[in-house]
Amino acid sequence: MARVVVDVMPKPEILDPQGQAVARALPRLGFEGVSDVRQGKHFELEVDDSVDDETLAKIAEGFLSNPVVEDFVVRRVDS
Amino acid sequence: MKIGAVTFPGTLDDSDTIRAIEAAGADAVALWHGDADLRGVDAVILPGGFSYGDYLRAGAIARFAPVMDVIIDAAHKGMPVLGICNGFQVLCEAGLLPGALLRNAGLHFVCRDQWLKVENNTTAWTTRFEKDAEIIIPVKNMDGRFTASKSTVDELEGEGRVVFRYVGTNPNGSLDDIAGISDPTGRIVGLMPHPEHAIDALTGPSDDGLGLFLSLLDSVVTA
Amino acid sequence: MIDSVEHAAATPEQAQPFRELGLKDDEYTRIREILGRRPTDAELAMYSVMWSEHCSYKSSKVHWKHWSANTTPEMKAKMLAGIGENAGVVDIGDGWAVTFKLESHNHPSYVEPYQGAATGVGGIVRDIMAMGARPLAVMDPLRFGAADHPDTKRVLPGVVAGIGGYGNCLGLPNIGGEVVFDSSYQGNPLVNALCVGAMRSEDLHLAHASGTGNKVILFGARTGLDGIGGVSVLASESFSGDESRTDETLDPASRSSARKKLPAVQVGDPFTEKVLIECCLELFREGIVVGIQDLGGAGLSCATSELASAGDGGMHVELDRVPLRATGMTPAEILSSESQERMCAVVKPSDVDAFMRVCEKWDVIATEIGEVTEGDRLVITWQGEVVVDVPPRTVAHEGPMYERPIARPADQDALIADGAEKLARPSTADELRAEVLRMIASPNLASRRWVTEQYDRYVRGGTVLAQPSDSGMIRIDEETGRGVALATDCNARFVKLDPYTGTQLALAEAYRNVAVSGATPLAVTNCLNFGSPEDPGVMWQFEQAVRGLAEGCKELGIPVTGGNVSFYNQTGSTAILPTPVVGVLGVIDDVRRRIPTGIGAEAGETLLLLGDTRDEFGGSEWAHVVHGHLGGVPPKVDLAREKLIGEILVAGSRDGMISAAHDLSDGGLVQTLVETCLIGEVGARVFLDPDQDPFVQLFSESAGRVLVAVPRSEELRFTEMCAARGLPCRRTGVVDPESEALEIQDVATFPLEELRTAWEGTLPALFG
Repeated sequence: MARVVVDVMPKPEILDPQGQAVARALPRLGFEGVSDVRQGKHFELEVDDSVDDETLAKIAEGFLSNPVVEDFVVRRVDS
Repeated sequence: MKIGAVTFPGTLDDSDTIRAIEAAGADAVALWHGDADLRGVDAVILPGGFSYGDYLRAGAIARFAPVMDVIIDAAHKGMPVLGICNGFQVLCEAGLLPGALLRNAGLHFVCRDQWLKVENNTTAWTTRFEKDAEIIIPVKNMDGRFTASKSTVDELEGEGRVVFRYVGTNPNGSLDDIAGISDPTGRIVGLMPHPEHAIDALTGPSDDGLGLFLSLLDSVVTA
Repeated sequence: MIDSVEHAAATPEQAQPFRELGLKDDEYTRIREILGRRPTDAELAMYSVMWSEHCSYKSSKVHWKHWSANTTPEMKAKMLAGIGENAGVVDIGDGWAVTFKLESHNHPSYVEPYQGAATGVGGIVRDIMAMGARPLAVMDPLRFGAADHPDTKRVLPGVVAGIGGYGNCLGLPNIGGEVVFDSSYQGNPLVNALCVGAMRSEDLHLAHASGTGNKVILFGARTGLDGIGGVSVLASESFSGDESRTDETLDPASRSSARKKLPAVQVGDPFTEKVLIECCLELFREGIVVGIQDLGGAGLSCATSELASAGDGGMHVELDRVPLRATGMTPAEILSSESQERMCAVVKPSDVDAFMRVCEKWDVIATEIGEVTEGDRLVITWQGEVVVDVPPRTVAHEGPMYERPIARPADQDALIADGAEKLARPSTADELRAEVLRMIASPNLASRRWVTEQYDRYVRGGTVLAQPSDSGMIRIDEETGRGVALATDCNARFVKLDPYTGTQLALAEAYRNVAVSGATPLAVTNCLNFGSPEDPGVMWQFEQAVRGLAEGCKELGIPVTGGNVSFYNQTGSTAILPTPVVGVLGVIDDVRRRIPTGIGAEAGETLLLLGDTRDEFGGSEWAHVVHGHLGGVPPKVDLAREKLIGEILVAGSRDGMISAAHDLSDGGLVQTLVETCLIGEVGARVFLDPDQDPFVQLFSESAGRVLVAVPRSEELRFTEMCAARGLPCRRTGVVDPESEALEIQDVATFPLEELRTAWEGTLPALFG
């Protein structure tokens, strides 16, 4: 068994209303110096050893992320 | 008798709330999120909508608006406050009511005419109803699933602070079919369904919602 | 190296990727003639996008003569603005002007259903704001592939969630629309969006940029790399790319080339749009807007050239001032960006401070990007150099116009000859009963509740009728109760069989759906969804449809105030069913007298069937569901009859003679009966005409028919009115408040619960 982390983020060129809303709220709350915020999704998958990297990439690209608007990163984390 | 209705950026049902306040015979006062000023109102309603797009969490950014500081103060001193839908979410984020509202169990926005049971008719906002009266008013939300720790729910149930409960289908998977709750004093109430959209059978499923606004008039006059 | 006007003039031989941008050789030559030199990259970007089919209507414009030829002075009298403006505007009385428009967002919704549909709502709402109106409601006519096709499970839930996610967050009630399934839409769903708005008549804002020295202000969201795939070719080394362009602004020819990695879709931010709406309305109230234009397809290219060509001067824009979301954007990209939630206004210099204060209050970014100048040129500079210097009308209005070849398809006769008469019909009572249950549960006839529950229909507190009523109705004036009703319709199978008649049937149905609410039809809009205009057969369908609609409107006496054309709706070389969606707007002086859809509101109602039922099954839902058949001729259309029915319904509603009404269309009488019982939650007893085949009576889709419920005390008065006006009216049943069943005598009895299970179960089972 291994833990796999998939982070899904809006592509850099894609408008990210969620991140923008947070970025614009921060100065109002008195937090200065944060110039940009982007909001994505973080998945943690427990997978057995039979699942290879190619399969993980398929899961990440075809299901967890929407390749039209999102990028993803897959990482294996030792557990 | 003056009742305030707050507009945050992204608030949607403010004009409907004002219409309902006026239909009940009170003066409606528009309150602006950026002004730390309650303009002499006797009670405040936080209307529904998607404040700041609800992008971080529903109500999470609105809770820090300047107007909320004065509302939280006034609420602690006993001013009646009603949070409807997004307003309920703001009250939970602000800690004036316990629990949180999460994404609907069906993961869809749901808009339907919903039967509710009024389980507590002693709050500032429900005295016009018979206890256990069944009323029909619209529910419409994306994040309406009430949730709280078991001890909180036990406390709410034990103290009779579940004010409204869904009857029939639970539209969003709320714990124990909870549709609305109150603080221990009964002056702060939050509910997901929209009483302001049920003040006239022409534009809503009934005029049952008017009862909340009329109840408030009684409670402030007699207070 | 900036490709400035100066540089372009000095390098006449430099090759330009005009073909990749969708321009034909002769179009490019014409641009060179207009400018007297080769265009700069930025100019080429502007012309290519503005001369695209989507923006220039180059294949359809030639047919617009049918609108003007069929609009009489009486029809014009109610129009405050018509075709050519952002949206048509009609006078509805009491000092109110109402504006409404339908638009397509088909291709983007196939690629990314959620965002495609969401930004479709956003775009149509900004069109309405650009008229100076407050948007009041939306509705969405949708077409999808086969209901049980796996890809429909991807597209439909995404589209519905996108429409809800955006529209609900704007605070606009969704009051109607359509959901239709047909396999011809499999690779090309139709996502049309309608918005209606209102203003006081004196507040009408038309897009123009008059007054030398007036400032041009861009406000709303920042400009990013959204939807500029096609133009990216200008920035790439070679003129080839590998990502398909996916919005509607360019022809398929140009979809083949785009810089890799650029987003093909635009992402909408409904929160920004909601704030933009409130900001615009406050600006209108303050009276500090001279002209206003939304930024939709073609972005700043469109907004600046439209504003400049509608005014009486020129315009100078400094592109460096545009607030950007991405780094390294070229002038061509900034001009072509389709970033959402942006508007452009022309403001007097003395009002700029006040304008900025309002924008600041709403936390809306606003930037002065230029001014109205003397002369008649649109001049755009970038880093101090002139990158655009054009006559704006040549960009916005004087694009190419084509008279595409038209030819009636060779297989049209075979299609018509393949009539529905030969199809096996149910004959016994048992067979009829089974057919009824099968039909009401079929995807096109089943309850739309799974879809419409995802839309907020209550917000703003003015919704009087919404789904599943025949039309949506909203109150405009809270004092007088004046309101409007809207319906959109199109049975594309009828249009396929006979585009002229089929389009008139769509008009007739939308007209009737407005009339059954008690409103008087007043104006028409449309969204004409067709295949490739380069296919002569498609152009034949198109020409027939336009002529049918124009001539039909003349007969009904209601003008076409605007519309939208969407071509290239096809999968491979197979076009969609021709789908000219027709929207009709009606006015009602007091919404309190609206006619509801469900029966049972009054004790003791009689059901009356208005109109004639004929043996008409060509293109019917029954032929489609039971036999998978499409052939023959569509039902007969009689617009004089439709008009008469409308008049009778309005008169009946005014005199309190009608307690409910529901039109007959897809699925025929039995569908109407089932719906009216289930919506009213009450049973009824129905007696069919012993002299006519029960199957024909139950399932025929003859046009010009309405089922009305009248209180028994009004029955005589109502039937006498029909007799006096020559409208066939047959007593067809009674409402039975005690019964929990629909009983069709001599055919079958259906417990309401059985009907409800069949009718409501289909979409949830398909889409969860």
